[in-house]
Amino acid sequence: MCFVNETDYGTPAVRSDKTVTLTIDGREITAPEGTSIMRAAREAGIVVPKLCASDMVKAFGSCRLCLVEIEGRGGTPASCTTPVADGLNVSTQTDRLQSIRRGVMELYMSDHPEDCPACAAGDCEMTAMAETVGLKEIRYGREGANHIWPAHDGGANPLFMEQDVSNPYFAYDASQCIVCSLCVRACEEQQGTFALTVEGRGFESRISAGMHEPFLESECVSCGACVQACPTGALREKSVIEMGMPDRSVVTTCAYCGVGCSFKAEMQGEEVVRMVPYKGGKANRGHSCVKGRFAYGYTTHKDRILNPMVREKITDPWREVTWEEAYAHVANEFRRIQYQYGKGAVGGITSSRCTNEETYLVQKLVRQGFGNNNVDTCARVCHSPTGYGLKTTFGTSAGTQDFDSIEHADVVMVIGANPTDAHPVFASRMKKRLREGAKLIVVDPRRIDLVRMPHVEASHHLPLRPGTNVAVLTALAHVIVSEGLMNETFIRERCDWDEFQDWASFVLQPENSPEAVETVSGVPAETIRAAARLYATGGNAAIYYGLGVTEHSQGSTTVMAIANLAMATGNIGRPGVGVNPLRGQNNVQGSCDMGSFPHELPGYRHISEEATRAIYESLWGVKLDDEPGLRINNMLDAAVEGSFKALYIQGEDILQSDPNTKHVAAGLEAMECVVVHDLFLNETANYAHVFLPGSTFLEKDGTFTNAERRINLVRKVMEPKCGYADWEVTQEIARAIGKDWNYQHPSEIMAEIAATTPSFSGVTYDLLEREGSVQWPCNEKAPTGTPVMHMDGFVRGKGKFIRTAYLATDEKSGPRFPLLLTTGRILSQYNVGAQTRRTDNVMWHGEDLLEIHPFDAENRGIRSGDWVKLASRSGETSLRAKITDRVAPGVVYTTFHHPDTQANVVTTEYADWATGCPEYKVTAVQVSPSNGPTEWQREYEEHSRRSRRVVQVEAAE
Amino acid sequence: MSHDPGFKSGEEKLIYMANQIADTFQAMQPHDAVNETADHINKFWEPRMRRHLFEIIERGGQGLKPLVLEAAPKVKRPREEAGV
Ligand code: SF4
Ligand code: SF4
Ligand code: FES
Repeated sequence: MCFVNETDYGTPAVRSDKTVTLTIDGREITAPEGTSIMRAAREAGIVVPKLCASDMVKAFGSCRLCLVEIEGRGGTPASCTTPVADGLNVSTQTDRLQSIRRGVMELYMSDHPEDCPACAAGDCEMTAMAETVGLKEIRYGREGANHIWPAHDGGANPLFMEQDVSNPYFAYDASQCIVCSLCVRACEEQQGTFALTVEGRGFESRISAGMHEPFLESECVSCGACVQACPTGALREKSVIEMGMPDRSVVTTCAYCGVGCSFKAEMQGEEVVRMVPYKGGKANRGHSCVKGRFAYGYTTHKDRILNPMVREKITDPWREVTWEEAYAHVANEFRRIQYQYGKGAVGGITSSRCTNEETYLVQKLVRQGFGNNNVDTCARVCHSPTGYGLKTTFGTSAGTQDFDSIEHADVVMVIGANPTDAHPVFASRMKKRLREGAKLIVVDPRRIDLVRMPHVEASHHLPLRPGTNVAVLTALAHVIVSEGLMNETFIRERCDWDEFQDWASFVLQPENSPEAVETVSGVPAETIRAAARLYATGGNAAIYYGLGVTEHSQGSTTVMAIANLAMATGNIGRPGVGVNPLRGQNNVQGSCDMGSFPHELPGYRHISEEATRAIYESLWGVKLDDEPGLRINNMLDAAVEGSFKALYIQGEDILQSDPNTKHVAAGLEAMECVVVHDLFLNETANYAHVFLPGSTFLEKDGTFTNAERRINLVRKVMEPKCGYADWEVTQEIARAIGKDWNYQHPSEIMAEIAATTPSFSGVTYDLLEREGSVQWPCNEKAPTGTPVMHMDGFVRGKGKFIRTAYLATDEKSGPRFPLLLTTGRILSQYNVGAQTRRTDNVMWHGEDLLEIHPFDAENRGIRSGDWVKLASRSGETSLRAKITDRVAPGVVYTTFHHPDTQANVVTTEYADWATGCPEYKVTAVQVSPSNGPTEWQREYEEHSRRSRRVVQVEAAE
Repeated sequence: MSHDPGFKSGEEKLIYMANQIADTFQAMQPHDAVNETADHINKFWEPRMRRHLFEIIERGGQGLKPLVLEAAPKVKRPREEAGV
């Protein structure tokens, strides 16, 4: 079968307008100025032997295997470090060179284990190189000083290092290391973590993690870049050590976060041997994080449910049934409920983890099959304000740039996002740009890693009180306008001038001055001024923001405040600038694009638009309801009221990811038919009547759309373990309720999307195969997609400035609840953790911890590691405390990756005024010492144990 | 725990949401806040919520901000639907 092999050109590509021409091995070759001879040769098909070079990192020139001769120059320079120049005449294969190379290899091999398992497996370049240079025998033997043998000359060998197997995913065997430093450079340049060093000198030298620590205890974030870079068997994936080398590979897309990294899934038959980031992937350019590369174990975890199950009451045990029975049951129940309680009594939830095609089908099932618009998505709980805010100001509900744009940014402003944890691969690209000199402004209540880390330091950190984003951003605008730092030409050309003037007079009001805002936000006025000046005058300025912006009662207003800043300073419409939401889950963008909201058809067209409805009505042969349907919250309210009775939930765990767990539980409990379609019996399934097994991203074809609007192909690498991909299951449900669906392959679903949605009209699977990926809009005007939006004018016409008055949230701290809780996520876990908790990633994050400032902790008599009770107006939970000054006094912080913590028991129902996006980022709480889990946690635990019982049916033989 | 302010009844929540929208438009687009508020409710509130809103108003509109009451005549009346 096919194996996707990528060429390693030896050194990174160089961007230059000037080219030079030289001769290599008698051939005339032209290359951009600054390119290495090695790369120029490789691009022309001439392979120079190498060990210490890779096109992912800068050349270092230590192995001396890549020597060449240059006419008229003495010596034998290394081709990886010597740049091309006009008129050079280079030879790469002379007898003299071969004999030097043989000598080099002989020395290396004399200190390299003979019986190296990696060589045997073909996972080591040493033997291949030895062969290339014609090395036949090793004259020195391996008896001298070496790193290979634990014991030597009758005593312990001081040079020998034990294997380091502390990391769950890869092993380090120093005896095979040739100190080429590729791993050190990968860690520095690609990942930006600086976890590795070369320890010792000369022959003594070895690679070491941190301060001579095991990998797991060092700063290493387990991204795997070093493992991929290592040319020998010194750093190897444990899966490869166990299973041997893969025999085929397929390019696909990571299903974890909104970066949307491309990977080669390297396989043996139906089993994944390893995931290797794909250099051709335009989002990640060959890099990845620990989740995408290593944490795929959940896809084969024993907890996966592979048979459909049904039960009458949620207190009954589950009963396994055939797919046919399950479909019939769902169809009958939904029909009965609609007959009994009305057409609007049922609905569906689409998933931002499923493909675009699957999402499209779920909303189609609801609109065409159920005949209402009761469809929503969990993207509601994270980025709906982005859609609303950017649509209002710019005219499209999406970020403006591609990730490559960061390479042209001079000032980066990160607001309410923690990219090193939540969007690690993009963070690596950002850190690279920051190390090159771009300036950084961080607006976040917590001192996130980016604020200070090796070789990166923020120029300004604005540690605002949770809930005051709008005040601070408007104050930045105040400084920009009052000091005349705006870009008037841009505003006059691109925006509505009257609206600008109205906005300018608004931001100049005294309550928006930095001094006034200092009192509400706690950010010193001078810091606000300095940050505003840097953003407005520092060159290309780009804003990246996350859930810390959207998950507030003023989330939509904050997004508009960000858009105002970008328009006022002209930072929109070219590479290096823009407004960029960092999306949480892999397909948040796509699920929003595909019409998952109750008021919108695919492509963000309001359901009240007659012309749009007509397109679908004629294609689907039904009359569509012109009224917006119920949002998740409203479905739950309506369920408690008794008018909403059945829900089909694909790939989401609303009980865990929606605010106010008790409200969700009460709503679900009041329904008569809850259908959960997922990989695992998730928390929501505790309240379900039907369980339909789901498929993983490895088991289906489709597309995901990442945070840069990039549509990436997801390719099936193995058969679905439960027999059916998610889109097939939805199709069967539609058929069971009498709809004539006949999709043979997801590409046909995409064809329907393209035919009905103007911004997707150019998208086909053929195009995606050809281009690798495209960014929407992709249509006649942009046949290969749109990397940067609003280049010549805004999509809506004129950019719209909006007054963004700060209205304090009603969730206020007071004597009973004096602290403000804000929530976030960490690198090794993902969302509610259903997947990552089922991998070895738990080694990094076993439980959710409450971060609390030493001052607040001392007042309450809390020490690190103590159990504490976290109580808010809506509920309480218990978890362990971690004392740190990353959070300011008065603020506490936790993640929500573990169901036992149930952090959402504590968060309230306050929500964004425009979109209903819950206010996860601000909850007034009290923290006090406790002895362990609360009563609710214990009760819940018991309920969940009971509701997960399954009665297996005996095989009928 | 008797009364849970974080967990409002459907009606309280509706009043709260309507007021929140009105307050925001009051601050954002003072000249046109009435139309914007009505327009927002028409675009995003499903018929059931609008019906509740009218019920509250018909009972005297207690708790609703004046701007919501001013916008109400411009809010679309939901169609009567059999069976709901
Ligand atoms: S896995 Fe990544 S972070 Fe860890 S040492 Fe290797 S390159 Fe550095
Ligand atoms: S950064 Fe996101 S998309 Fe990339 S490998 Fe990690 S989880 Fe996957
Ligand atoms: S590859 Fe050039 S010196 Fe090692």
